[in-house]
Amino acid sequence: MHSPSSRDPVRGSATDGGGPGNTGLGGLLTRDIGVVTAGTSVLADALAEQAVPVETVDWRPPAGSPDDLAVVMGDRRRTAADAEAVRRMLNARPHLVDVRPAREVLGIERGTFLHAGPPLAWDRASGPMRGALIGAALFEGLAGTPEEAERVLRTAPLDSCHHHRTVGPMAGVVSPSMWMFVVEDAEGGGTAFCSLNEGLGKVLRYGAYGPEVIERLRWMAGTLGPALRDAVRARGPVDLRAIMAQALHMGDELHNRNRAATSLFVRELAGDLADAGAADALRFTSGNDHFFLNLAMAAGKVSADAARDVPGSSLVVAMARNGTEFGIQVSGTGDRWFTGPAGVPDGLYLGAYGPADANPDIGDSTITETTGVGGFAMAAAPAIVRFIGGEVPDALAATQRMYEITLAEHPAFQVPILDFRGTPVGIDVTKVVRTGILPVVNTGIAGRVAGTGQVGAGLVSPPAEVFTQALHALAEGATITP
Amino acid sequence: MIERSEGTSKHSTDLIEVRSGAYHDSVTLMRAGRRLAERPGVTGALTAMATALNLELLAEMGFTPPPGAGPDDLLVAIRADDAAALEAARAAVDELLAPSAEARPFGAPAPARTIGSAARRIDATLALVSVPGPYAFTEAMDALDAGLNVMVFSDNVPVEHELVLKETAARRGLLVMGPDCGTAVVGGAGLGFANAVRPGKVGLVAASGTGSQQVMSLLDEAGAGVSHALGVGGRDLSAEVSGRSTLQALRALDADPATELIIMVSKPPAPEVGDLVRSATRRLSTPVLFALLGEGLDDLTTAVEKALGTLGMPVPSWPSWPACRPVRPCGRTEPGLLRGLFAGGTLCEEAAIIAGTIPHTMTDFGDDRYTRGRAHPMIDPTLRLERLAAETTGGACAVVLMDVVLGYGAEPDPAASLAPVIEQAEVPVVVSLCGTAGDPQDRDRQAQALAAAGAAVFASNAAAARHAVSLAEGS
Repeated sequence: MHSPSSRDPVRGSATDGGGPGNTGLGGLLTRDIGVVTAGTSVLADALAEQAVPVETVDWRPPAGSPDDLAVVMGDRRRTAADAEAVRRMLNARPHLVDVRPAREVLGIERGTFLHAGPPLAWDRASGPMRGALIGAALFEGLAGTPEEAERVLRTAPLDSCHHHRTVGPMAGVVSPSMWMFVVEDAEGGGTAFCSLNEGLGKVLRYGAYGPEVIERLRWMAGTLGPALRDAVRARGPVDLRAIMAQALHMGDELHNRNRAATSLFVRELAGDLADAGAADALRFTSGNDHFFLNLAMAAGKVSADAARDVPGSSLVVAMARNGTEFGIQVSGTGDRWFTGPAGVPDGLYLGAYGPADANPDIGDSTITETTGVGGFAMAAAPAIVRFIGGEVPDALAATQRMYEITLAEHPAFQVPILDFRGTPVGIDVTKVVRTGILPVVNTGIAGRVAGTGQVGAGLVSPPAEVFTQALHALAEGATITP
Repeated sequence: MIERSEGTSKHSTDLIEVRSGAYHDSVTLMRAGRRLAERPGVTGALTAMATALNLELLAEMGFTPPPGAGPDDLLVAIRADDAAALEAARAAVDELLAPSAEARPFGAPAPARTIGSAARRIDATLALVSVPGPYAFTEAMDALDAGLNVMVFSDNVPVEHELVLKETAARRGLLVMGPDCGTAVVGGAGLGFANAVRPGKVGLVAASGTGSQQVMSLLDEAGAGVSHALGVGGRDLSAEVSGRSTLQALRALDADPATELIIMVSKPPAPEVGDLVRSATRRLSTPVLFALLGEGLDDLTTAVEKALGTLGMPVPSWPSWPACRPVRPCGRTEPGLLRGLFAGGTLCEEAAIIAGTIPHTMTDFGDDRYTRGRAHPMIDPTLRLERLAAETTGGACAVVLMDVVLGYGAEPDPAASLAPVIEQAEVPVVVSLCGTAGDPQDRDRQAQALAAAGAAVFASNAAAARHAVSLAEGS
């Protein structure tokens, strides 16, 4: 495969400045001709007949409005804005710098709860979201029973994690007493937060709120959090980007497989944890294959936030689900959410569970796909390719397909099997609408009944309308002057 | 090592196996479990490593967890309606967990879905866009973003889109050919409908596709050849678009060392644009000749002859092939009706100008009215063939004049379908044959076939038109 620009992190080479005085036309009249064709095949055939090198586009009419597309494609700011936004996303250098309680770092009051995905009210919350909120209310001591907790939660202030520079896996519920990873971008200066991973099975993030869940949360707040805080402070900032880059070479895609990254991370802190006699903490983190997921998410969040608010950019800066809706935010449209119904993942189920037990898609972990890992790095994780239909070539195809809808190739995150090509990164709303290719998302599947926990894992797609909505908003704000 | 227990739980047809040291990833196991559960007669199945979580799951399913099984052991639990189903399912486990027998070769990536993506797979200088008009802007802009020049073959592109594309291209030092640009030759490669012309000294800037094809074919015939033929689109010289691509194409050809003379092929531009272009050409070091189609102006053949003069080259006698089966219009005192059936808009217009005041009707089958829902007549001749048959057998006209445009993109053997119709013609048929010896259809072979069928064939459209006029006048 010939990909001349694969080493350029940011694509879209043309910017203004060739200028009217430049008669070179990119070497049109002097270089050997090569032609890209889109449309009538007879014209491509005529070129092939003349032995002219031709690359034919498999063009299909876009589902979105051609007028919106034309307006956004014609926005004078777009190419420079996209280049700037994705540059910021790629340049972020996330480091774990601290571990602290949510009440301190987020300033949230007792009785306030953050949740995954776009904003959500209790009456629209799904089973696992309600279960997780109930568990958090019990954990905070706001209620003695699940029923009491429900009464409290009907009127409790709820807000999206994303509004607080925070992400949470699955239900993503954060309450003041939970401890958070504090991740700073050494390049852009931003900060992002994510809760600590509880492990698998009956856990709060999947909507379980039994006594063992609450007990584990108490232990994490009382023992694990402080132990990690002390170890991180003793060791100094941990370079998450370096760990993620290595883990991709070791079979992780950093969403559904975090085994390598977790091992690498534990190795970083093991000495300091041992020094402090924190054997329980060491055992817990090293025994949880998904422990690094929350760090990958905070790293993704701080990188995506760095790319926010570039006027005219169609770069997606957040994809998130609250169990009811799937929402995206776009760099050029500020904090506005574009939402549609969350789909039910297509996947594999634990034990006797099946699709009927599955809750619609939930969690902020799609921040990994937003920043070029997770499903986008599927080709790096052959060990789990059966999630996407069973064969390694399908994993390659999934990653390769994502190059069609992204603005760049990651300079640090590489896929060995694709000859160390950078992962596709920076979802472009216009490309999604033009091609109809939706971002591929790897995900866990929560049981739809509150209290069930995880029932499986698989693949899910965002609803297509969130991208056409975002395109329309970009068109409304476009700057067109010929 | 496999330990097996059967029928030990409250269900009579349960099976639990513990396979120690047999590791499979959880996805393989979940998938195997799902396949087992789908089997007829199987009511429950679990294939999983014996972690605490999975042992709990096993208990929830009503199985008795085997003592001593640990995370490194594989659990296989199956519940079935009867012993036969259970045994069949057990046998299937091995198959489901066996490594895939043959590794499929890694496929090449799927075709690119956008111009930008395709541009990363090839060392390209140009994009050729022929998607439906409303979508052309998006693909053309993507091409400019990728640093490519663009030829927009599509029609029905709004003029506002054209302006934004051409302004963007100008800022980036790129060229937009079109919209509705049917013909270009770049570095010897014919794009869209273009003839196989020998490389040469003359560069073309053309707002008209078949006008460009006529000029390049005659230049080829005369031995002058063509360096490049850049299209600009039919609207480029309008007051609104103001020659944006024309000016850029002129500068590019001026800078091209191979080009010694530039011919501009167009309808007469809007007056203020004409002034703009003329003043721009005075600043170029390469001479520019105008081949503008209009009343009282040179026809395209004459313009080519003047260009040859400028280059100091002799003007050949333009080829013609007399009809082998002359059909004479019956003697008349009044001029008969000249009927023009054209595929090329510019050739049609030139013929109409030459016909002047004699009675004539000229139809351009390449016009939007005739191409809605069907291909251009250079690709699909059906509609024009039907009309030709009707006009030449019992019609009202005295003579039929038509063009046959050869080259890349055009139908492979137009004479094959025309000849049988011409053979039946009761009135003279004159053919303007636009093409070169190098064209895939082979101009001379086409000419001979058409002449043999009874048509008078001319390489010069102007000569064909004059011959048709003379026939119509009965002279």
